[in-house]
Amino acid sequence: MVEFLSFRDGEAAQEPAVTVESFTGQSNSTAVRIEAGEDARELLPHLDRLSLVEVNFPAFGDGRGYSAARILREAGYQGELRAVGDVLVDQIVAMRRCGFDSFHPSKALDDAAVERALTRYADVYQKSVDGRAPVWAKRHPEKIHG
Amino acid sequence: MYRYDSYDQSIVDARVEEFRDQVQRRLAGALTEDQFKPLRLMNGLYLQLHAYMLRVAIPYGTLSARQLRKLGEIAAKYDKGYGHFTTRQNLQYNWIKLADAPEILAELASVEMHAIQTSGNCIRNISSDQYAGVSADEVADPRPWAELLRQWSSFHPEFTYLPRKFKIAVIASDDDRAAMRLHDIGLKLVARDGLIGAEVYAGGGMGRTPMVAPLIRDFVPEEEIVSYLEACLRVYNRYGRRDNKYKARIKILVHELGVEEYKRQVEEEFAQMRDLGLNPPTEELDRIRAFFAAPDYETGLPEEIDRSDPAFALWVDRQVAAHKAPGYAIVNISLKPLTGIPGDASAEQMALVADLAERYSLNEIRVTHAQNLVLPHVRKADLHAIWQQLEEAGLAEANLDLITDIIACPGLDYCALANARSIPLAQKIAQRFADNERQAELGELKLKISGCINACGHHHAGHIGILGVDRKGVENFQLLLGGSGAEDASLGQITGPGFSEDGVVDAIEKVTDIYLAQRAQGERFLDTYRRIGMKPFKEAIYG
Repeated sequence: MVEFLSFRDGEAAQEPAVTVESFTGQSNSTAVRIEAGEDARELLPHLDRLSLVEVNFPAFGDGRGYSAARILREAGYQGELRAVGDVLVDQIVAMRRCGFDSFHPSKALDDAAVERALTRYADVYQKSVDGRAPVWAKRHPEKIHG
Repeated sequence: MYRYDSYDQSIVDARVEEFRDQVQRRLAGALTEDQFKPLRLMNGLYLQLHAYMLRVAIPYGTLSARQLRKLGEIAAKYDKGYGHFTTRQNLQYNWIKLADAPEILAELASVEMHAIQTSGNCIRNISSDQYAGVSADEVADPRPWAELLRQWSSFHPEFTYLPRKFKIAVIASDDDRAAMRLHDIGLKLVARDGLIGAEVYAGGGMGRTPMVAPLIRDFVPEEEIVSYLEACLRVYNRYGRRDNKYKARIKILVHELGVEEYKRQVEEEFAQMRDLGLNPPTEELDRIRAFFAAPDYETGLPEEIDRSDPAFALWVDRQVAAHKAPGYAIVNISLKPLTGIPGDASAEQMALVADLAERYSLNEIRVTHAQNLVLPHVRKADLHAIWQQLEEAGLAEANLDLITDIIACPGLDYCALANARSIPLAQKIAQRFADNERQAELGELKLKISGCINACGHHHAGHIGILGVDRKGVENFQLLLGGSGAEDASLGQITGPGFSEDGVVDAIEKVTDIYLAQRAQGERFLDTYRRIGMKPFKEAIYG
């Protein structure tokens, strides 16, 4: 069982994350935590000084954090993007696709089950922010550049 | 018809193996029911009153003969010998054992079918017009776009835990046969300056707060439909309510924000997303479109139909629709026998219709949101032979769009949510109006029954709608008039206090009497209601 899972090279960020409100105020912090219902777009002007964004999932069925993550990656955020809270094994694949690269769930995960989940689907139908080529790109390789 | 390539097949096969693993963990006790529930729901497996129910997707309502035969085989092998076609072009099996579910999914995958996202708070099966590709009035066959969206929506990483379920319909005709504006998003393909694009409607739906979807954009070019939908969904995912599941559908959001503000937010998001490369290249749409190319119709076929048998002539007049190709016809097969269960088909009936499709309809069958079946490519010369075989199988009812062509949900006989039984009431109404001449005299009259406020039986959209409620432990039925799910979409109004089961049948009879007495030349029931209003009907019922 694993309490923390990272897909990044190097050390995970250690700095405690502050709230969006205190971050966008005068804070010097480089780590911020987005709660469900907070708008990730508020962080976009400050991406260059962030090294960690935590996105909290208060309940596994609350999917707002998937959009938050993808919005940050679409805007070019390169730092650590960590899913925290009620994060289940069967959600890791979609979260990876939305740009999360570390996980700190409130309940430890079965690493063997995570591994199985991550390798189960060889192909995906959509373009997202994880760099995976969707099926339509593989079907028409001559049309896709980069 | 669309055929899976190795990518499509591997994704569906992987899903089967994933679910097999999840079921094994559940049966071994490694997963609790609470942990298992969201997993099985993503595969359309519900725990109902008596057993598990499995909902199988029939994307945009198109089936091959081979697929329908397989659905029949599954009904015989794993269910009690029948299946139930739903108002969203799905098929439900009502008596499934959990241990069998993975094997059923494997059998479905062997004929390029699945149950992916037929439940859960995600994008559901994409529905469409049952006459797609064969009606003369469409701008284009809408199914290539529907298939494109099926793929796009399958396992969408961002939109799998939405505030609530999300239903999309795609049509391409002015005649709306898919209740498009009663969907979370409805797309109507249109041509502009020689280019195809979509009118987009958002925020329609039934349930306890019915809404007809307003237009939010009058043209999205076909190559940008995916990115535009991503913007629509992202705004919904951000702001849709999560504190109250009864207020979580997009219709509530659009209503509370206002259409203009929702549109503004979508446009703002679309401006960000349209250049992210989210849209498949036009070559992909072309690839899919090739599967739906018109078949090689025979030419020089006779147009005449021998009408010497009056029962056959009646069936032709009622069940057969115009086809775009000369010498061909569209056959509607009623799943509304007067004493049966609306939308049910037995394993033998499914096998027969599959045989008929193979022999007479270029291997194709369609499923309608009104819970009937369609053979889309039939030579007029074959109509009599088809009718004879349907008659032997109890499938030759001639009641399309008549008062006995009732849409009904499974109701309290099966469903864990229901407050009242829909099926026995449908049967009572069908028997009261069984006389062929009487039905024909009443003309087009769409009657729809829901056994609870969730409105799976589309009662809001019935010319006559019935809603079953629980009144202090007793089933009670409210009557609604004036709804429509077609291009003239509208929501029915409640007549007044509810009725007992027999009382509501009597009330319907009084309502139809008023129509017959007051109708003007050529008016349908709905037209008369719209002209004269609720008052005369109310007086007749309660007066």
